[in-house]
Amino acid sequence: MDGVQSNGEGVGRSVPRKEDDRYLRGRGLFIADIRPQGTQDLAFVRAPVAHARVTAIRKPAGFEHCVFTAADLMGVLPITAVSGLPGFKQSSQLVLANGRVRHVGEAVAVCVADTRAEAEDIAELVEVDYEEMPAVSDMLAGMAVDAPRLHEGWTDNAFLSTRVDIGEASVRTNAAIVVRRTLRTARQHMAPIEGRGLVVQWDRRLEQLVMHSSTQMPHIVRTGLAECLGLPQEAVRIIAPDVGGGFGYKGILLPEEVVAGHLAMRLGHPIRWIEDRRESLTGGANCREHHYELTAYAHADGRLIALDCEAHVDAGAYSIYPFSACLEAAQVASILPGPYDFEAYRCSTWSVATNKPPILPYRGVARAGVAYAMETMIDAIAREAGLEPHEVRLRNLIPPEAMPFDNITNKHFDSGDYPQCLRRVVDAIDVPAFRARQRQATGPVRLGLGMAIFCEQAAHGTSVYAGWGIPMVPGFEQAQARMSPDGGLELRVGIQSHGQGLETTLAQVAHSILGVPIARMRVVHGDTGVTPYSTGTWGSRCMVMAGGAVAEACTQLAHRIARIGAHLLQCSVADVVVGDGEVRGPTGSVSIETVARTFYLRPQDLPEDVDGGGLDVTAGYKPERDSGTFSYAAHACTVSVDTRSGEIKLLDYAICEDGGVLVNPMIADGQVIGGVAQGIGTALYEEMAFDAFGQPSAATLADYSIPGATEIPVLRIDHMETPSPYTRFGQKGIGEGGAIGPPAAIANAVNDALAGIGARVDRLPITAARIVTAVMAARA
Amino acid sequence: MKAAAFDLAVPEDISDAATLLAGEDRRAMAGGQSLGPMLNLRATRPAWIVPLTGIAALHGAEQTSDAITLGAATTHAALADGRTPDLEGGVLARIAQGIAYRAVRNRGTIGGSLCHADPAADWLTTLTALDAVVLTTTRAVPLEGFVTGAYRTLLVQGEIVRAIRIPKPATGFHWRYHKLCRKPGEFAHAMAACLATTDGIRLAIGAVGGPPLLLTGDHVSLAGAEAVLGFLDPVDRCIQLEAVSRVLPA
Repeated sequence: MDGVQSNGEGVGRSVPRKEDDRYLRGRGLFIADIRPQGTQDLAFVRAPVAHARVTAIRKPAGFEHCVFTAADLMGVLPITAVSGLPGFKQSSQLVLANGRVRHVGEAVAVCVADTRAEAEDIAELVEVDYEEMPAVSDMLAGMAVDAPRLHEGWTDNAFLSTRVDIGEASVRTNAAIVVRRTLRTARQHMAPIEGRGLVVQWDRRLEQLVMHSSTQMPHIVRTGLAECLGLPQEAVRIIAPDVGGGFGYKGILLPEEVVAGHLAMRLGHPIRWIEDRRESLTGGANCREHHYELTAYAHADGRLIALDCEAHVDAGAYSIYPFSACLEAAQVASILPGPYDFEAYRCSTWSVATNKPPILPYRGVARAGVAYAMETMIDAIAREAGLEPHEVRLRNLIPPEAMPFDNITNKHFDSGDYPQCLRRVVDAIDVPAFRARQRQATGPVRLGLGMAIFCEQAAHGTSVYAGWGIPMVPGFEQAQARMSPDGGLELRVGIQSHGQGLETTLAQVAHSILGVPIARMRVVHGDTGVTPYSTGTWGSRCMVMAGGAVAEACTQLAHRIARIGAHLLQCSVADVVVGDGEVRGPTGSVSIETVARTFYLRPQDLPEDVDGGGLDVTAGYKPERDSGTFSYAAHACTVSVDTRSGEIKLLDYAICEDGGVLVNPMIADGQVIGGVAQGIGTALYEEMAFDAFGQPSAATLADYSIPGATEIPVLRIDHMETPSPYTRFGQKGIGEGGAIGPPAAIANAVNDALAGIGARVDRLPITAARIVTAVMAARA
Repeated sequence: MKAAAFDLAVPEDISDAATLLAGEDRRAMAGGQSLGPMLNLRATRPAWIVPLTGIAALHGAEQTSDAITLGAATTHAALADGRTPDLEGGVLARIAQGIAYRAVRNRGTIGGSLCHADPAADWLTTLTALDAVVLTTTRAVPLEGFVTGAYRTLLVQGEIVRAIRIPKPATGFHWRYHKLCRKPGEFAHAMAACLATTDGIRLAIGAVGGPPLLLTGDHVSLAGAEAVLGFLDPVDRCIQLEAVSRVLPA
């Protein structure tokens, strides 16, 4: 028997999202909706200074029993996330600071009360003596010989320094064009609409610490939490309820989770902590801050010869669990060359410890910065060569006939036609017509065209992560497919869906194999108690990994269904097919529902050789090659720039995305649109500045500017569909690509607009003030 | 981010409110769209809050041949929707439509906005250009001069803004208001409003860190604006002048 492609709800269909019914009606269950009887709320006393010795903490009189400091957390271990990369320097993050704080917002004490407001009242009364120390608020200054050290015993402030030098150094002398740029990206806050939060209690019957947490990776949190609390892992259950966005912000073991878990066991009643926006902004601006020194060498015709890069990544104060402090910089070095083929490459990176919140990987991770860096250099070469930017790209992109292709940093590009992808957005924008309009616009409002092409490695497997030696290495992904006695299907997966629509797309995968209507499926996720172990939702891995695992489990389930169905039809199993919700034989068919009823309720009708494992299968999956899928996209946009006011308008935005086989094209478009919105934030709006003392500049969303509906233009999205040769349906991860392209494309467009007056902006975000500053400098 | 405990004293009428506000450590609350977040951030922590929008006398609007008078508790939404009298050409409605976003407009009030005196607030700059007068429980004060600094006004303890009187310019007037914001609905980083009538010309420049700068008569020009904006850094000044240039008559 074979699984057959089934009716209209399977892979490839834009099925409406199952989960949207409860979301759109406001009937979801998010972390702050959970408040068991007897719950007490936490408020943390957080450091108001970036770097200080804590010389004394005084609990307010009468409240000693409900205030806890590091000294009270006996037996609780610090969070450590060591990388196995040579030279990595370890940090140790105490869940409540003891003796020293290293960033504003670091928790120093915690207060427990019946309500959050009362807990905040107590927190105000806690007196902490800080002896301030010089802060490292800039990553470049932090590498100075005499910079204050973040961690004791460190010889410099770099968690890790890396260097690669590939290819023949002398080829650089062949260059007719040498261009240099210094670029900087801003520190950002991911700002999911729902912040972090948790509700935890000790379950006396199961003898288990049960924690609801707004997390992307419940199993990883369980592993890390159990280690910090000294519990065996079976004594911890993590449940992620509905989660209102993650983007990486919730891909971490939190100090707050450890503190709350300890207090729940100690106090014997439920404990809750709901992060507020001020906490998340002042202590959670933790991503994207890079600095690049770049030199590109090219022939006169724009063909790239070599690229040299020195990249600093502001890694913040600690190495976070599980991703560590060096993931971002390691990515910079390995992915900077992108989809371009050239001869020689040098890259040095520094993951610099600073007195800022610890760095977390944000949607696209280093790629948003890297694409900005690489695509800026391509435009710089184009300008020197006197060529259209797309022409230079076409001369350097990996050609389709070279696929699969191992690039200069040994990244294995699985498939794709990058030049065609770029040509499609160039055609969509109509570059010649735009250039004609641009030539007319010689007044104070200038026009510009920018583009970017980049790849998105997704579903990284064991071979990618093992070398980094961080606490988490993905292996096989499992899924459980479990039939109910009335023919319904439960799919249990260890990943977590927090906006990606996986309750729908995983059901679509199962539907393609079994034909059970997706209305009769439940996708159970985000709960360590009932799902197989998983590293969780990150790196655009779920559709490839969990999708593959669901397909495998359903395929094995289909075999078992076929055997019972064949018996009921009195024919050979070789003569039946499973699909469309039934088992079909040569002379008739029997529904899967009847098969399920038979197995569970009328076992007397089963064949003697029935599989005793029943209609309940857990199966594992790994792609044929686990170096990751490579989806890719080209973005092109046009802008107007008012050189007097600094206003930027996005006039047109065209995207061509190749995510391989799309399980649900509507959801894929949604992923692209949401990502682009965040990318526009990176390009034009979002920046958490820190002053020389390490103080963050914003405590509310009035000061930290994120784009809203009015800032997102209509996006024209085109798709190519080059199946991955290695995955179950040819699907590729595409959760992050939308966020990667905009900074590069928009910055190139703005600088194209400013080129006519000799101005340029070399840092993100590109604000009105930065435009006007550049214009004034050019005119001076 | 929960407010510290406070007591609520709900007044029955204006004189009751004036009495309640006369004591120490009290704050009047109109729409609460700025005060609410400040309370939650514990940036302000009065012992008593006295809500004003329930007082009937603070609502309503009237117009005469030469002026429109709006109750202090008139919401931005009421103005934006045209539910109040307006100047010719819907001047007030258009200003109100650009304030923050609908949820804020539904509760935020014109009187509350002036009393809060945020330097970048829309009403403060536009009504200064329109030569409005603030009517309090004890006096009538021209808006020019009512605000003494960022978040500071002439109001004394227990004094309440009852209404705003906006003179009607003679038919055929020139009116322009422009603000530069990173996003629609955000507080502006540069703003200017200009009214020109047969009687003269008034230019108000806002979002400059204190009360709006008012120029009249011959001083109304780009050069005049540049002269009073010398305290800004060159980039901010350049952007602010662009806002000015967009409101000046051709």
